[in-house]
Amino acid sequence: MNNLAIKDLLLKMADDALIIGHRNSEWTGIGPILEEDLAFSSMAQDKIGHAQALYSILHETFGEADADTLAFKREEKDFKCCQFVEQPIGEYDFSIVRHFLFDHAELIRYDMLTLSSFQQLAQLARKVKGEIKYHVMHADIFVKKLSLGTEESKARMQSSLNYAWHMALGIFEKGEFEGELASENIFAGEEELKKRWLEKITPILEAAGLKVPLTEDSKIVYGGRKGFHSEYLKPLLDEMCEVVRSDEATAEW
Amino acid sequence: MSSLDPRVNRLDFKKATDGEVHTNSHLITWEVFHQDKRGKQAVHVGIVHASTPEMALILAKEQYARRGKTTNLWVAKTSDVYTFSTHDEDIFETTPEKTFRDPAFYKVRDRIEKFQNRNKVTI
Repeated sequence: MNNLAIKDLLLKMADDALIIGHRNSEWTGIGPILEEDLAFSSMAQDKIGHAQALYSILHETFGEADADTLAFKREEKDFKCCQFVEQPIGEYDFSIVRHFLFDHAELIRYDMLTLSSFQQLAQLARKVKGEIKYHVMHADIFVKKLSLGTEESKARMQSSLNYAWHMALGIFEKGEFEGELASENIFAGEEELKKRWLEKITPILEAAGLKVPLTEDSKIVYGGRKGFHSEYLKPLLDEMCEVVRSDEATAEW
Repeated sequence: MSSLDPRVNRLDFKKATDGEVHTNSHLITWEVFHQDKRGKQAVHVGIVHASTPEMALILAKEQYARRGKTTNLWVAKTSDVYTFSTHDEDIFETTPEKTFRDPAFYKVRDRIEKFQNRNKVTI
């Protein structure tokens, strides 16, 4: 099997999960209502769990550093997350729209991976299927409710969707190993994932009365998968790693 | 005012207090019932605030099914639950005295032993 191709796939998935998990956890304690605060925080925690599981495969199977080192001690340029997950949480409309767009892609990606010829990933995909299904149920309900709510909530949802759209499409930035991953039945590829994602989310957004933005290829925000990031990743990493860096010699994790 | 929590420093409190929440615009409450095993009774565990039954379920999942085993949750609008008036609590007053409704009230051990001896079975 093509180790470089698998490592690339694992790392970008793990980095996406870690960074969106960290971002969404920024709502902890300041969410809109107590119940939603807890639900959103729990899902953020799930994401960090997914990142840990993926980093652990990199560590145990491919001899990379351990999960904590990968998470907390890499440079910005070594991260392979898409720029979409790095964006600040904004207001709740943007966070819900991002959660919706990202988690639908996650659900389909993990569903595709249940058939992967790389067994560890297929097993992980089967294990976390239920968790991501819940994340999507949650996202669907909030998108529907807020989009069909008041004039203000509808306008906010539409403008967040417009703002998020070309960044969300950056999730599907192709890696250098698309061909190898597909031919070895490891993962069917970003293009296939994007196709299924559009088929899945379009009717949901339309039923919620939202207009699906027109895609202009030149506006899609790429770069994250190659280590080029937005201005927001560095401050996020500084904040996320502040504690571990402050006591590097003795901290135990 | 600055906080050790960078998230709090980023909050725009002025903006947050612009909106006014009226008492009648609070979300309604839903009673939540938790079932830990298929076929077992759903047990009342508490309430959640939500605007629709779907939202109540989705929020109840993280409030009341975040640990241990769960097979399902039920939610019902609090306003759909009918109760006695608290003034009518006296209808239950003498119930604890009615020990004849308690199986332990009946002394049947002798008869069970006799039955076991006769049939040579152990229970």
